[in-house]
Amino acid sequence: MSWLRFFRRKRSDAELQHEMDTFLAEETADNEARGMSPEEARRQARVKLGNSQTVRESLWTQNSLLPLTHLGRDLKYAFRTLRRTPGFSIIAVVVMALCIGAATSLLTIVRSVLLRPLPFRDPGRLVMLYEHHREPNISESAVAQGGARGEATYNPVAPADFYDWRSKTHGFEDMAIMRSGGYNLTGERGELPEAVHAVAASWNLFQILGVQPAFGRTFTASEDQPGSAVVLLTWSVFQRRFAGDATIVGRQIHLDGRPFTVVGVLPSWFSYPDTRTLLWVPFKTDASPELLQHHDWHQSRVLARLRPDVSLANAVAQVGAVQYQLHLQYPHDPVNEDVVPRSLNEDLAGNVKKPLTLMLSAVGCMLLIGCLNVSNLLVARAAARQKEVAVRSALGAQRATLIREQLAESVLLCAAGGLSGILLSMLSTQFLAHAWKDLPSAKEIHIDGSVIAFAFLLMCAAALMSGLLPALSTTGKTMLKALQTSSRTGATSVSRTVLRKSLLTAEIGITVVLLVSAGLLLKSFLRLRSADVGSITENVLTLQYGLPDEKYDTPEKINAFNEALLERVRAIPGVRGAALGNTVPAAGFWGDFVFTVKEHPPLKAGAELPDGLMRWADPGYFSALGIPLVSGRFFTSDDRVAHSYKVIVSRQLVRQYFPEDNPIGKHLHVPAHEQKGAPGLVDYEIVGVVGDTLYQVGQEAKPALYFPFLEGISGGTLAVHTATDPLQFSVPVQKQIASLDPTLPVSDVLTMDEVIGESLVNARLSASIVLAFAVLSLLLASVGLYGVLSYLTTQRTSELGIRMALGAQRDQLLRLTLIDGLRPALLGLGLGLVASFAATRIFQSMLFGTKPLDPLVLSGVIATLLAVAVLACLAPAWRASRLDPMQALRTE
Amino acid sequence: MGKKPQSQSEMLKGTLDMMILRTLLGGDAHGHTIAKVIEHTSEDLLEVEQGSLYPALHRLEDRRWVSSYWGVSENNRKAKFYLLTAEGRKQLVRETSRWRRMTRAIGLVMGEEGGAQ
Repeated sequence: MSWLRFFRRKRSDAELQHEMDTFLAEETADNEARGMSPEEARRQARVKLGNSQTVRESLWTQNSLLPLTHLGRDLKYAFRTLRRTPGFSIIAVVVMALCIGAATSLLTIVRSVLLRPLPFRDPGRLVMLYEHHREPNISESAVAQGGARGEATYNPVAPADFYDWRSKTHGFEDMAIMRSGGYNLTGERGELPEAVHAVAASWNLFQILGVQPAFGRTFTASEDQPGSAVVLLTWSVFQRRFAGDATIVGRQIHLDGRPFTVVGVLPSWFSYPDTRTLLWVPFKTDASPELLQHHDWHQSRVLARLRPDVSLANAVAQVGAVQYQLHLQYPHDPVNEDVVPRSLNEDLAGNVKKPLTLMLSAVGCMLLIGCLNVSNLLVARAAARQKEVAVRSALGAQRATLIREQLAESVLLCAAGGLSGILLSMLSTQFLAHAWKDLPSAKEIHIDGSVIAFAFLLMCAAALMSGLLPALSTTGKTMLKALQTSSRTGATSVSRTVLRKSLLTAEIGITVVLLVSAGLLLKSFLRLRSADVGSITENVLTLQYGLPDEKYDTPEKINAFNEALLERVRAIPGVRGAALGNTVPAAGFWGDFVFTVKEHPPLKAGAELPDGLMRWADPGYFSALGIPLVSGRFFTSDDRVAHSYKVIVSRQLVRQYFPEDNPIGKHLHVPAHEQKGAPGLVDYEIVGVVGDTLYQVGQEAKPALYFPFLEGISGGTLAVHTATDPLQFSVPVQKQIASLDPTLPVSDVLTMDEVIGESLVNARLSASIVLAFAVLSLLLASVGLYGVLSYLTTQRTSELGIRMALGAQRDQLLRLTLIDGLRPALLGLGLGLVASFAATRIFQSMLFGTKPLDPLVLSGVIATLLAVAVLACLAPAWRASRLDPMQALRTE
Repeated sequence: MGKKPQSQSEMLKGTLDMMILRTLLGGDAHGHTIAKVIEHTSEDLLEVEQGSLYPALHRLEDRRWVSSYWGVSENNRKAKFYLLTAEGRKQLVRETSRWRRMTRAIGLVMGEEGGAQ
């Protein structure tokens, strides 16, 4: 009702005027009827009516919502004030826009990645289970996943462990197991062959997730058997490859040359665990009996649904107890002794949590600096209006009213900044999400209502933070002093100067923290980029292929293809060498083997077993990739199939496990190495030692075991070292493959620089974003410094004039003002350095080859900040020293 | 918006509302008539200030005790007429009885037999 009145004020005012006119006319007529002259009648009527303006005004107020009216007025005044100083206003708005925009974008990403509820049935009760090594030193496979020192390690689960967990514990409703794999998808009607990512999952996975297929059905328990041939399609491959034709259900497709029956199609929203996964098969489809029986095949992941009436800790403890029994039961196998849970979101997000937190804190710092800066500028402005404020409060203005008026300015600034920030973030979030390679669900990231609501909240907080301090500082008890003091002494500014200087100190301190962080990240990134992988990386083309089992059913056929391919590729003009292995250096972890040295005394029970990366290499692998031979020999073409029980080890392995004796001729027992027909029964003779390579840039070199590729490995990575631009060779190389087998698909055609670069994208992104924040903060701090010092010198003009009149030299004045400005800078620098020592410990694990107290970075930051501070102070100081003393003395 | 001293004017505002409602009981009327009727009935003891009449009328309208329409006055002028609503009638009854109790109580305190009439 009152709202309605509020907006109809104008109309009701017009009506009232009309009403009163009628009254006047009636009264005049009455008076005339009483015999008065027309003039007298009108005068009397007017006397009776009284002041019609007062009536209108009182009705107007009665119809007004007072707070709203005041707000409108305050905003109007604030707008006018801000318009008078467009430079200041634009800077403040841009600062706020950048800060709030960045914060909103990051929040969107954090929300979508870490906090978003997954689209599964009752996702709160879903959890991933990992095996866990209880010893304080980290387990290697967790490092491979990027886990940092001192954090929980998540080891993949061995299927044999999983089957025990599932049958022996009752804390979970059900558990499912899955592992990744790949197939060559070949067409029936001559479509191009394609290598696709697939996940093999136990039949109950979809029941646990609560996912209904869009067409057909999911797997049944009886289909989860070795040799079964059923497949589920994801929506994307269904649309792309099968044109969205639902009759594909029940028909057959060919995977690795084997016919598989399509039993269903998953819904379009289903993109678990990632968008790369295109096919699902039952877990046991391709599982060898060894895989299912051995407790040391840590290659799978387990998803479990908690019982509603059991606590997570309780359920996990039950599984942990079973796992501990297994650990005791197999003392000589790498069987972990414990189990840890991990939330599904975190599991999907992987290792982005830390960089996200880091960037979020950087944005927080920048927002704080932005607020401090606006606050600082407002303090200066408030100081200029101090007399006005004092007079008004002397005339009875309430303090709350005065504060509200001053807050209006910061509210306007922050609102303008915040709104443009939200717009900015809408534009930039997609870009940011796609630039970030590790993000699991870039497509699902978008700004939603709650993020915008949060941005508004942030805006209000920023407005309060930047506005309240200046408002409080001018309207305090010092009001009377402001009236009493004459402007000549400049004494009024003392307390405010202290305030501004402390704001500035805080600003510079936070800037230093940001600068140090950015410097460290940048240095770490540069170190990463220049890290020596241990092999040739320039001009190397890599591509992957896998020979289907159907067609290449014996090691001889496989070797024939591989050797023919190597020969043909090496014959291409411009090719310097070709290497064939399961992978190339710096391309990832790719699994590891535990082993024992036959010649060494048996290890104590419970001791950690030696392990090394599993690698396969053809005889020319090492020389083609420039990996040096340390001792012994490379593989020869005789090291194949039945004669292939040979192994080459890396220097790191020798350093770690053969500290005293010569490794050549020793035998390694590698239980998990699957040799057709004789698993774990064969010992491998060490024939050579080669130089170390990094499996991932940023990680320490690990011991590695190289087995002969010619023992019948059916697929892997072909690396071609070329004389010129390697990408020019991708077509000739693929032509050679096609001429050998036209149905064989090739995937991941990349240069080695690209392979390495991919793992650096995120390091570069965090470094450059934090650096951008730091540079912006530095800019803000210098603007603040300049502003404060300019203000101070203006305030001290007359004082400086007196000094000059008394004989002070210009360079003395220059020094005086310069020191005045540099003092808060130095103080802030000191505080900031102390704070950054603490702050950088938090992201220490993200740094590669860089210590938190890196002297180069620290001195760089100190030098940069000092240079910028001196520059910012020099202009006002110079101006002060050039003052005309007469002019200065006259200044009021 | 400033706070005026809470004197008779505040109390009179209450009584003015009541008197306006009472006047409208006799039929629809515009502002001038209402003022005139109150003055006449009170034997010119009460003079209704316009400064309070119009705000009072608008207030009553807000509370939906009276409603208004534009009509033509007895002198053929366009005037805003006010009429009592059902809600207004109830309010008048409440106000009247409150007023009676109040005057009686004040009368008793002032030592008049049976309260003032």
